Amino acid sequence: MSFSAGRVDAVFRKELQDYRRNRAVIATMALLPVVFVVLPMVQLFSIKASTASSTLDLRIGLSLLYMLLIPAVVPSTLAAYSVVGEREQGTLEPLLITPVRSDELLVGKALAVLVPTLAVAYSVFGVFLLAAALFAHPAVVSAVFRAPHLLVQVLFTPLLAGWSIWIGTAISARSSDVRVAQQLGVLASLPPLAVVALMSLDVITPTFGLALALGAGLLVVDGLGWRAVAAMFDRERLITGSRG
Amino acid sequence: MPAPGALRVEHLGKRFGNRVAFEDVSFEVGYGEVFGFLGPNGAGKTTTVRVLGTLIAPTSGSAVVAGFPLGTENDQAVRARISIMPESPGLYLRLSVAENLRCFARLYGVADPEERTGRALEAVRLTDRAKDPCGSLSKGLRQRVALARALLNEPVVLFLDEPTSGLDPVATREVHELVAGLRSQGVTIFLTTHRLEEAERLCDRVAILSTTLRMTGRPDELRDRLFSKALEVRTRVPLAEPGSTFAGVPGVGGWGQSAPNAYTLTVTDVEVAAPALARALVGAGADILAIAEARRSLEDVYLELIGEDVEAGRR
Ligand SMILES: Nc1ncnc2c1ncn2[C@@H]1O[C@H](COP(=O)(O)OP(=O)(O)OP(=O)(O)O)[C@@H](O)[C@H]1O
Ligand SMILES: [Mg+2]
Repeated sequence: MSFSAGRVDAVFRKELQDYRRNRAVIATMALLPVVFVVLPMVQLFSIKASTASSTLDLRIGLSLLYMLLIPAVVPSTLAAYSVVGEREQGTLEPLLITPVRSDELLVGKALAVLVPTLAVAYSVFGVFLLAAALFAHPAVVSAVFRAPHLLVQVLFTPLLAGWSIWIGTAISARSSDVRVAQQLGVLASLPPLAVVALMSLDVITPTFGLALALGAGLLVVDGLGWRAVAAMFDRERLITGSRG
Repeated sequence: MPAPGALRVEHLGKRFGNRVAFEDVSFEVGYGEVFGFLGPNGAGKTTTVRVLGTLIAPTSGSAVVAGFPLGTENDQAVRARISIMPESPGLYLRLSVAENLRCFARLYGVADPEERTGRALEAVRLTDRAKDPCGSLSKGLRQRVALARALLNEPVVLFLDEPTSGLDPVATREVHELVAGLRSQGVTIFLTTHRLEEAERLCDRVAILSTTLRMTGRPDELRDRLFSKALEVRTRVPLAEPGSTFAGVPGVGGWGQSAPNAYTLTVTDVEVAAPALARALVGAGADILAIAEARRSLEDVYLELIGEDVEAGRR
């Protein structure tokens, strides 16, 4: 049977319905962005007009980087829960009895993490830009609205989320404990952020070309990561558990 | 491909490492039949269901399920045609009853998930609870939701893994009635249980499993084979040579001694054996105190059949 968008949609919807009624998820989705937008805002408005442009760039870079923690960290806990969590609550077996393919299940779950993450991350970034444009010092505004910075932000939000989701799902598919999976998931979500940090902090001068090249690289890694996850998804092992 | 029967299982076995879950299991189930799989805890019932349901691969033997031989290439085809109600319902507790069912109806790709969900709910008489979160339902109701979920794809073979475990008598009876209803609609059902009366009541045929199959037959056949197949004899003093006394008696198979002056004889036909035995005992000069049919319930026989293994398993 071929890949079915209908089955992906079924998984996607049930995941969202479940998230919507899960207080822990709602709290994470609501609180983390607030936390991650406060600090950049403080940075933004504490910059004085007299600040040297290099310091200015650094502080803007930090703010932007800080906001990229949202797509890196928010999905990692959700993704790390996705498989082992279902296993723990006993809902995985009924799911695996249906004709749903492993890749359909994984894509449905990944989308259900990705969509809210992107919504939150882009909203936070939007709020930040809006606040900057309206209230910040003109020198700050021009430093914020530098095209490579914007590109890095827009491009790397989904790519970082993609990384966190596949690596979190991989961890989830192989662990037998939700909490361990989530801790590992958060840790594993951070490495690509280091690369992005070099650009945000102007250690590597962020040019269009470099941003695109790094983006393409991360895209390839994400793609390969997904193939690995689908290959690692071993139904028998998931059903028979660590005893097997 | 001509469908050979709902289930055809040949020398099927599954081991986890060097632990045997079940082995050398062979049986056939025809379309429309309700087949009971009876066995104690750890007998391998759930593992058998999981193997037949394509969740785990067998380590030996083969099986044809709903017309398709087990094997990776047929997994999806088999899954589309069967359903399993697992030991624990496994519902999404934050989702409503209807949301749970709708999700699975979509996974089965049914044309109108809404309509199919409604019908499944009607079948288990839960229409009025459709909007309730599953987390708010009692265990019995959750079991019924799980049954409704298993009906969504109109399965060719429906596997019920201990559908009444942990239910009170009322909820148990409700599940029994639902199963009886499905049976009358001609649904093929494979039902595991460790409860004899459940197997007797619901099933056309029963297999007794304890790692290997011990016996397969209609419940009444099992009864016949197992009930009153023994005679108990008591004499005033112990027989001098019980072996030679019993040897020539028609209809007597083996014998055992349960007390110095009490013997239990396995017989093929009580009507023939009892009078002949009385004559033989008198001929041997014994004073008969009693000759009686040994009433063994199905339960006794069941315990006898599986007894050794239960002990082996606990050692
Ligand atoms: N994942 C596993 N890993 C190792 N051994 C297993 C696994 N699953 C089952 N077993 C073993 O296989 C045997 C059969 O188990 P199974 O769960 O199939 O029995 P069951 O008849 O369903 O028992 P119950 O009545 O308790 O549900 C048991 O000895 C069990 O310990
Ligand atoms: Mg079981």
